[in-house]
Amino acid sequence: MIEPTNSAAPPDHAQSDDLFAGWETLGWRERRERRIARWLEAGDIEFADESVRAAYRERVQLIVDAVDLKKPARVPLVPQMGFYPARYGGLTVKESMYDYDALASAWRRYHEDFLPDVQADPGLPGAAFDLIDSKFISWPGHGTEDDTPWQYVESEYMRPEEYDALIADPSAYFMRVLLPRFAKGFEPLAALDPFTDFVEAATLPYGLIPFADPAVVEAIERLAEAGRATQEFLKAMGEMSTDVAARLGLPVPFSGLVKAPYDVLADTLRGTRGIVMDRYRRPEKILAAAERLVPLQIDAGVRQVAAAESPFMFIPLHKGADGFMSDADFREFYWPTLKALVQGLIAEGIVPVLFAEGGYNERLSVIADDEIPLASVVWWFDATDMAAAKRALGGYACICGNVPGALLAVGTAARVETYVSELLDAIAPGGGFMLGTGTVVDDATPETLRAMLETGRAWRG
Amino acid sequence: MVTGAPVSEEERILSSSASIEELLAAITEIREEDALAVVDDLLANGTEPQAVIESCRKAMTIIGQRFEAGDAFIPELIMAGEIMTGISAKVKPHLSSSHGTGGVGRVVLGTVKGDIHDIGKDIVGSILEASGFDVLDLGVDVAPERFVDAVRGEGVCTIALSCLLTTGFDSMKATVAAIEGAGLRPQARIMVGGAPITEDVCAYTGADGWGDDAATALRLAAEWADRGAS
Repeated sequence: MIEPTNSAAPPDHAQSDDLFAGWETLGWRERRERRIARWLEAGDIEFADESVRAAYRERVQLIVDAVDLKKPARVPLVPQMGFYPARYGGLTVKESMYDYDALASAWRRYHEDFLPDVQADPGLPGAAFDLIDSKFISWPGHGTEDDTPWQYVESEYMRPEEYDALIADPSAYFMRVLLPRFAKGFEPLAALDPFTDFVEAATLPYGLIPFADPAVVEAIERLAEAGRATQEFLKAMGEMSTDVAARLGLPVPFSGLVKAPYDVLADTLRGTRGIVMDRYRRPEKILAAAERLVPLQIDAGVRQVAAAESPFMFIPLHKGADGFMSDADFREFYWPTLKALVQGLIAEGIVPVLFAEGGYNERLSVIADDEIPLASVVWWFDATDMAAAKRALGGYACICGNVPGALLAVGTAARVETYVSELLDAIAPGGGFMLGTGTVVDDATPETLRAMLETGRAWRG
Repeated sequence: MVTGAPVSEEERILSSSASIEELLAAITEIREEDALAVVDDLLANGTEPQAVIESCRKAMTIIGQRFEAGDAFIPELIMAGEIMTGISAKVKPHLSSSHGTGGVGRVVLGTVKGDIHDIGKDIVGSILEASGFDVLDLGVDVAPERFVDAVRGEGVCTIALSCLLTTGFDSMKATVAAIEGAGLRPQARIMVGGAPITEDVCAYTGADGWGDDAATALRLAAEWADRGAS
């Protein structure tokens, strides 16, 4: 096993926070232990009583043990929720995106009634998207019905001839070119000079002139308003989350989200069709751009973890799934930069959770890469043969999954129970496994979801 | 071949049939520039546009078979479609206006109401089209009544409903019910497709068949067209 190298410099706050004391001298495992110790300690949470504190710690420990490929006291139950808690609470998607108090009470109720081992993701504030006048998603009232989840609007937001501009200066390219295409509220930012111009007193004042442009002033006010809307959302959801941790002992599983560099291009910038054209017309640009994005995604991960308790970083994987490209292309275009991202996060003591949406059956031999340290990541599968996944990754990386969203939506409790029992009997013995949903759940019935969780809770291998 | 001297009719046919082979190879190997250059040559040499179209269809069939066998992937399908579009633009001016494609069967295709995902639907559409089906693509977020109207107007044999979100299951169910309610079920079979579709979902929606990839959609549509014809 090759150990990831430690980064040359500790994060900025190294001096002020014990977590980072001597950070540059620590290996990835020690860094991770520090972060996990902080998570277990839960210093910011005022637990209702000691039994809740113990329950919280037990849950964190179940997850940590699974990642360490140990046999946890029981299988951790980690369903991923989309809009199901809203539906369960009687809210439409629209209500859940705009009425934050209603959203928070629906989420409270979901946690109380189902008692999973982790909290559900909190959803999104609709007002923020309203205020920036977003073009890159459709959401209730803006292209979708009141009870339909928000969805990405895929497009070639980045033009094929713009790869060089992205590669030369990603931040300037995002601010001046891409963001104005994502949302009307960002359009005036196109007038700003790149901040890297600000290197000499003699020219600096001139770089400030665009900030006096009334359109820029208005845009910044509008963005501030969108930021305040998000704060308001976070206040309601943060209180809910703290309450759920303090009263029920449920930890927040993820500190944030980063993306595979190829997916940044294929999902967000160029779209599925665009990236395919590029694969044939300018393959070298895809490779160079993906490489350019690696340190940016690592940095985004490090900053998100710094602001959270959990050291787990969610990485949803999309355009490298079975069928989306050949094995040769996966090895050339997808895996090297994803691997570099994963290694970079591990080096910082972060646990990457790779959520392989769709099928990953053809990828198992590639992702079982011995340059990724033992027991350092979680592979979360959807439509992948879990027995094959265990053969490829068992004893090497924690695996998680894969109760199908369709089964939860239209199946019966009995069928879910059978599915989960068979899954656990086949995959969970020996540990290194977490019971998760294959997809983010928007649709289920209380009966099917309960069947999944209770079968998992009762299982002893 | 030595150029300069006028070629006999026999030589012209030989050279042009060699180029048709070249076209087939260029498309199936996803060599876009070569494929377009060969088409230019063929048309300049007086090759029948029909022969070019036939070669394209053959190429798409081969790519479709490779996809089904797991030897070709979404990029090949999308790029082959792109090459087709390029060739089509070159061939069109040489075609008489009455020329039609299709003939294998008619398919009405769309992503159901509430879902705006189009990648899977588009791939199914291009595979079916390349295999000789007349495809009417209604787009995304298609309400049940729009499917009903289209089926009424088309004399369709197959209706293909797509979704990526589990939320689409109820829309699929409503669409199947609307088609049934309009009395159109006897003349059409309905398939539901998309990554989350399973047998359970098919039963839930009341559709006649299901698939989670484009190859299955093609196989079903071909089976149903055969059965319809017999």
